[in-house]
Amino acid sequence: MKATRYGIDDRPVFAIDPSRCIGCEACVQACAECGTHRGQSLIHLERIDRTASTQTAPMVCMHCEDPTCAQVCPADAIKQNEEGIVQSALKPRCIGCSNCVIACPFGVPKYVADFDQMMKCDMCTDRTSEGYAPMCASVCPSEALWYGTPEEFHATRHGELLDDWLFGRQAVHTKVFAVVDDAAGGPLDVLGATTGTWLDDPFGLEG
Amino acid sequence: MARLPITEAGLIEAYGPHLNEAPPGGWDAGLEVDEVVETHCCFCGQQCGIKLKVHDNAVVGFEPWYDFPFNEGKLCPKGVKRYLQGSHPDRLLHPMVRDESAPGGFRDVSWDEALSRVASEIQRIQATYGDDAFAMLSGVSLTNEKSYLVGKFARLALHTANLDYNGRYCMVSAGVGNKKALGIDRAPNPWSDIPLADVVWVAGSNVAETFPITTSYIWRARDRGAKLIVQDPRVVPLARTADLFLPVRPGSDSALFGAVLHELIRNDWLDHEFIAAHTVDFDQAAAAAADMTPAWAADITGVPAARIEEAAELWGTAATGMMLHARGIEQQTKGVDNVLAAINLGLATGKFGKPGCGVSTITGQGNGQGGREHGHKCDQLPGNRDISNPEHREAVAKVWEVDESEIPGKGIPAQEIIEAIHDGTIKGLLSICFNPAVSSPDSNFTKEALDKLEFYSVIDFFLSETAQHADVVLAGSLHEEDEGTSTSGEGRIIKINAAVTPPGEARLDWEILLEIAERLGKGDHFRYGSTHEIFEELCRASSGGTADYTGATWERVEAEHGLFWPIPEVGHPGTPRLHEGGTFSHPDGKARFHGVPYRPPAEVVDDEYPIWLTTGRVVSQYLSGAQTRRIASLVAQYPEPLCEIHPKLAERLGIAHGDQVTVRSRRGEITLPAAVVTTIRPDTVFIPYHWPGRKAANQLTIRAVDPLSKMPEFKVAAVHVARAAGRPA
Repeated sequence: MKATRYGIDDRPVFAIDPSRCIGCEACVQACAECGTHRGQSLIHLERIDRTASTQTAPMVCMHCEDPTCAQVCPADAIKQNEEGIVQSALKPRCIGCSNCVIACPFGVPKYVADFDQMMKCDMCTDRTSEGYAPMCASVCPSEALWYGTPEEFHATRHGELLDDWLFGRQAVHTKVFAVVDDAAGGPLDVLGATTGTWLDDPFGLEG
Repeated sequence: MARLPITEAGLIEAYGPHLNEAPPGGWDAGLEVDEVVETHCCFCGQQCGIKLKVHDNAVVGFEPWYDFPFNEGKLCPKGVKRYLQGSHPDRLLHPMVRDESAPGGFRDVSWDEALSRVASEIQRIQATYGDDAFAMLSGVSLTNEKSYLVGKFARLALHTANLDYNGRYCMVSAGVGNKKALGIDRAPNPWSDIPLADVVWVAGSNVAETFPITTSYIWRARDRGAKLIVQDPRVVPLARTADLFLPVRPGSDSALFGAVLHELIRNDWLDHEFIAAHTVDFDQAAAAAADMTPAWAADITGVPAARIEEAAELWGTAATGMMLHARGIEQQTKGVDNVLAAINLGLATGKFGKPGCGVSTITGQGNGQGGREHGHKCDQLPGNRDISNPEHREAVAKVWEVDESEIPGKGIPAQEIIEAIHDGTIKGLLSICFNPAVSSPDSNFTKEALDKLEFYSVIDFFLSETAQHADVVLAGSLHEEDEGTSTSGEGRIIKINAAVTPPGEARLDWEILLEIAERLGKGDHFRYGSTHEIFEELCRASSGGTADYTGATWERVEAEHGLFWPIPEVGHPGTPRLHEGGTFSHPDGKARFHGVPYRPPAEVVDDEYPIWLTTGRVVSQYLSGAQTRRIASLVAQYPEPLCEIHPKLAERLGIAHGDQVTVRSRRGEITLPAAVVTTIRPDTVFIPYHWPGRKAANQLTIRAVDPLSKMPEFKVAAVHVARAAGRPA
């Protein structure tokens, strides 16, 4: 059983494994319940191509080491805290231009018209600072969203943690991990090819 | 007179479903939390632990309950938003009577007037037409205490044989199959066995959308290297990453299981020692499967023969294995056959009574497991006792302090109650926790039946589509307003704690039943001061039955995070895994194989109705939707039913994604948008069933039932599909 509360020295990490995502939206519903932005969900759950597959992908802020959103912000409104958590735009500075929304390689920031401000996942600072898992990873029933120590991960789960990404020529290093079969393969190339499975012909129609 | 008092639109305007968007006071109210109450979700049989935040006698939010071992804080979207059914604008706050002249069709009355009316109508109908002409329908979202009370109330206060429950539409085929094969109606394993399995076979269960928490158990097995087999007409979300997918045609599951048994025998992937020591009648099962070759089954099931052979090899050669099945194989006219054929595969390979081994149903409703044990099933008395067995009757009569002859005999099951109302033999009905207007098959027929009732009273907290027909509405209680226990799908008794008290003049359900009993002159049988007193009597009544709660106490249930029955004596640790060491619950300790010859569904496709229909659920809605169709963010997730159709079939019928299509069966028709997806068999369409009226999938389903379990065939019908009339091509 995982710890229910972590101390500072435990250095828990956040990991995403979209292959486990069942598209239930528990994360979306629970994010909206979080104390600091009640009623407004800041996690994305993308349906990739429902015609072809039930594949869905949950997307929290990946908290890049050198965040693209902050690089492109003309108002210098996007800041990182000491733990490397990238914050929502500072309300007094944000001009609502949506540069960050367009530039983020993961598609995370949202421009919320009601607040005239960019808002995004802050990894539930109110919870993690108390040692608790973020809301989305707390409720995720398939553990596609996961929070715990690397030791707990390696003791209980198949796969490895990877925090390097390639978007074409842009390399990105993130605080949040992806779960991959083999981390030795280098950065996760999001434009890379996929391999064939039974899903290419689930009903055996091609003989 | 149980016709709707005013138009359906008028009723909806007055009583909903309306959408609750936000907690009391709105999102920014910043309410202080007075209390955090540890309890469980009110929805499915997984019964996840959850903490409810309370402010000023209202539930205002939730918090994950990390320390409850079953779900460790995890929840599905319904669990997250369940709290929004409290403080809801549709909440019934007063007793009401039907009044065509009232703006909403109902008029508030005093409790005394409402209860007196109910009692006098019960007496009038029973005096005129006989005791059994008044029926009761109940449901297993109720706690064990309320389930027990309903059983006793129907038998002793109403003195009717005709009590049944909505588990008739849920787990009942599994219950019958388990009793026949294993001698006991309980899931054989705690869920902690799933991660220990080397192969996990999910047969007819869209686990990701109906039991989301179970996916984490299955992944824990896969993290150890377990193989996953999924058997379903659709590539459901869990199937997407399965090692082996068995795309079975609706209604053909027993043929698939038969062919797997055939392969186990042909390859000698059998546990001969287990079969000899712990089972009987293997020969019968083997004889029935003798001609069930993979090639034969491929023809019937649509599953390629090679995949059937692979399933047999994975299952037959694995040291440990769990098969999990649910409504997909159970809601059929051969639901019991399918369950027996599944159990055959477990027995043949010795996969019972050991860590990581079992063939288990996944109980659907919140207290589906516990509710059916305590006697609100037409053929059962508390302790899972048989109402037709003289010794069982005697045992319960003793606890109830009545003569055995005062307990009515076996009644008719839910679907037959609806039919008896339709044909006029049942004239009056009291219901609680059941919404047959949406959940019964052939909903046009069900509505005709409800219209014919001379008198109908309902205990409910919202005016459901069935409750709209009521003469007297008794405002009852929500899950979070009462204290008691329920028993999860694992057979784990858990504690439900009250977070708030009923609002307005609404009352606790059990207090309402006591009041009716009093007015019927039967109050002496029901002198309870609390649900705890009911629990203590329930434990005594279960003592000596198969579902034995003798050693259970509320204190232990809370302290130990649940107790697994049977608990046959005080201090007994409980029984997480059944059939340890191959000892089954039949008197001789042996399990029964069953010969399961294949038979087709009640209705098969033909030239007029050439496409298979199967029905099911979506993750954001629960059963008939009476609760979840009232919560805005859940409705937003999947607002209305869609008809899933494969691109090949859609192309042949000239249907594009989003087109309105009309799906027609011999019972009725529905028009709804098409969702063109490659994840469904090209000979089958799927429609979820959570909606009422013209959006009800059950307009299409058939009233044919399993001969033993009396489960309707919700999963198979023949339909005609076309682009909706009057729309340009």
